[in-house]
Order: sequence, then C-alpha cells, then structure tokens
Amino acid sequence: MGLFRWSQSRSLWMMHFCTGCGAVEMPPTMTSRYDMERFGIIPMATPRQADILLITGYLTVKTLKRVVRSYEQMADPKYVIGFGSCTINGGMYWDSYNTIKQLDLYIPVDLYIAGCMPRPDSIIDAFVKLREMIAKGEANGWIRYRENLEWYRANQAKVFNVEKWSAIEP
Amino acid sequence: MVILEFFLVLIGITALGLLYGGIARKWSARIQRRYGPPFYQNFLDVFKLLGKKNTKSHGVMFALGPVIAFTGITLSLFFLPLGNSRPLLSFEGDIFVLFYLLVIAPLGMALGAGEAANPNATIGIARGLTLMLGYELIFFLSALAVMMKFNTASLWKIVELQGTFPDWNLFPFFLSAFAGLIALQGMMGEKPFDLTVAPHEIASGPMVEYNGKYLGLLQLYHAIAIVVETGLFVNLFLGGGSILTFILKTFFVFMLAVTVDNIMPRFRIGQAVKFYWKYPLIISLLGILVVFIWR
Repeated sequence: MGLFRWSQSRSLWMMHFCTGCGAVEMPPTMTSRYDMERFGIIPMATPRQADILLITGYLTVKTLKRVVRSYEQMADPKYVIGFGSCTINGGMYWDSYNTIKQLDLYIPVDLYIAGCMPRPDSIIDAFVKLREMIAKGEANGWIRYRENLEWYRANQAKVFNVEKWSAIEP
Repeated sequence: MVILEFFLVLIGITALGLLYGGIARKWSARIQRRYGPPFYQNFLDVFKLLGKKNTKSHGVMFALGPVIAFTGITLSLFFLPLGNSRPLLSFEGDIFVLFYLLVIAPLGMALGAGEAANPNATIGIARGLTLMLGYELIFFLSALAVMMKFNTASLWKIVELQGTFPDWNLFPFFLSAFAGLIALQGMMGEKPFDLTVAPHEIASGPMVEYNGKYLGLLQLYHAIAIVVETGLFVNLFLGGGSILTFILKTFFVFMLAVTVDNIMPRFRIGQAVKFYWKYPLIISLLGILVVFIWR
C-alpha cells in the first residue's frame, strides 16, 4: 500500500477542463518554460486515464453538467483542483445569472489556487502541495464524494433546476 | 527450471523496456530544452496504474484485450535471441512465427477497444490496422533479404552465422537495413507514424476508454514491445555479441527512433501508407536485388 500511495503522489496525470480564461496559463506550465513533467505530471486527453481534474476558471451551469460527468468517469483515487478565484466565490462573475459561484458545493475540491489569474509558478506550487497531501493521505475528496453523494446530487439538481438527475446516464 | 528462466527473462525485459521509456522521456525533454521527468518515471506510472481502481468495464472482450496484447508480446519475446544466449523457443522458420505473434498484440487491442464503442477508439483501430499493411510488408521484405543470404529462416541461426562487429549484416545490406529502420519507426508508433495513438487528435486512440489496471497492463505491453521490436532489428542487422552489447544496441536503435520522433510532424493515414508503398518499398526491393546479384 505504501508503494502504491508513493507512486500515486509521484505520477499524476492531469485533465484540464479549459472552459474559463485560465486555460491560457496552462501551455507555459506544460511546455519548456515551467515544465511540469519534471514532477511527473503530464496532460491526459481523456477523463478515464486522468488523476487530477483541473477546473480552470468559471463554470456556467451548462458546463457544470459536463464537469460532473467527466469527474464521475475518472477512476479512483481522483483529485480536483479549483483554479482561480472564480471557483472559490465566483470572482468577477459574482453577480452573473448563469455561472456557479462555489465549486465545492457540486464536486469535492481538494485544493484551491487563488488569484485572477494564478501564474504558472503558483500552479506548480499547488501541484507540489497536492503531492504532499496525497503522500500523507489528506487528499481524500473522492472518499468525501462517495460518502456524501446524496448531498452533492441534491446541490447539483438544485442548480440544474431538475427534480433528480444522474451523471452517467443522461 | 525452465519456467523460472521464462519468468526471469520476462521480468528483466519488462524492467529494461520501462527504463528505456523513462530515458527516452528525459531525452525528448532535453531536446525540447526542458528538465524532464526522472528516468524511473515509467515505473512509477505503472505502479500507480496497477494500484488504481477500474471504473467501468465495457464487457468481457474489453477486459481481455489488454491480456491478449500482453500475452502475444510475451510469447514473441521468448523467440528473440538476447545476444549470444539461445532463445527459449527456437526452430527452423521461427521468424515467420515471430511475425505472426507480433500481429496478435495489436489485434487484441483492437478487439478490446472495439468493444468500448468509443468513436476515437474506432478511428485509432482503423488507422493502426491500415498502417500495419504498410510497415509489415517493408519489414518483412528487408528481413527476407537476410533470410535469402543465409538460406535459413531461423533467427538464432542468422545471429550465429552473422558474427560480431565487422561482419554485421548492416554493411552488405545497408539498403534493407535502412528500409527496415523506416518500418521500425511505424511499428513502434513513433512520429511521423504515431497516428494510431495521436493524443491531441483522437485522444490516445484505442486506449481512450482504458483506465486503471487495464492501462497498466498496456503500459507493460508497450515496454516489452520496445525491446522486442528493436531487438528483432538488432538480431537481423546488427550482429550477435554478449547480452550487454545487445542491450547497448537496442538502446541505440530506440534512441535513434525517439530522436526522429522529436523532429518530425505527423502523417495522415493516407500519406503514411502511400509513403510506405513508395520509397521504402523500392529501397527494400533493391536490397533483395543486391542479394540476387551477390549470390
């Protein structure tokens, strides 16, 4: 078990859900300038293979549905990083009628990166922090999601304005 | 005792393949002026994947696909002479068996990924099997030149008759060897022939629905495939020698492929097959002509 957890903290495959403006900070983080591959973090194309879901910036109600569906397709253990102040309190979209204000109500967030925009340095910093959290066993958002699924489902259904919904079967 | 030997070869070659993959990642990083991951990164990736939980199975064939791929490549590994040590399975005509076994792995993956019914996987399979028509032909023709010269179809005999450094097949058969090298690039799925697993285009192709332990098994398959495919080329063209020189030679051939991978763009599938059936085919046919004249 120790070996698996250690290798999990050293090898993190990331799917970046780029609907917000934070997407523009990802290319320098991935490529030669800041090179996140030295921490074993590489971008992955599909949620099935990913360990980290990186939400870059604001989410509209419509995209939140896709995010929840992507999150539930990922294999356990999985981690979510909220990126930018939009995921914390709405940021500059605080009074918008069609964006969600607090991501933590809908999917469990392990780590937030504050700022608008956070620089690549702070993204790398967050990855290193997440690595420590995984090694200590503190990043357990996926367990929280499983245990409190009904609460999360109720919150999701409320914002989608439906009675009941399931992410996998549309 | 024999079973122990099988296991030893399997574990050793798997570790070697993972190490090659890790060094290749570091090497590509240095070409792109990055620092790159540690050289043992691929071991960590495999450990992590084997420790993950599988989310959803799409059916029996989906689960069997990676197993078939792994089994196929493991079996072909036992036909491969590793330096001067006689392969565990060897008989007259084993090159043909080896060529057949190398096809099992992509077919297994195609069957498994096909069950997932993901459109990206379907496109990836179609591309992979079409590309196979290209490189299989070229690689077989370049191997045929060597087989004709030594008048044998046993890989072990070819290595034995070939001898060490100045007698390498590379020098008399440089045309065939060059065509074989181009075919090897496609066989290993390196650029410009990485259209089967094009991550930015079709989301890693056949592997798109695989996760957790299935993906870990596929990574192990890929690690062994690196050694088997470069090893086949080394045995045909780069002579025998001790196990250490075998490792050095396969490493060199693989690094050459990775370097080409880093400076090339990607072909479309039509371009790739058209390319294979034009220049490498002519080169490998000329290679066979050389043998005719020489005999």
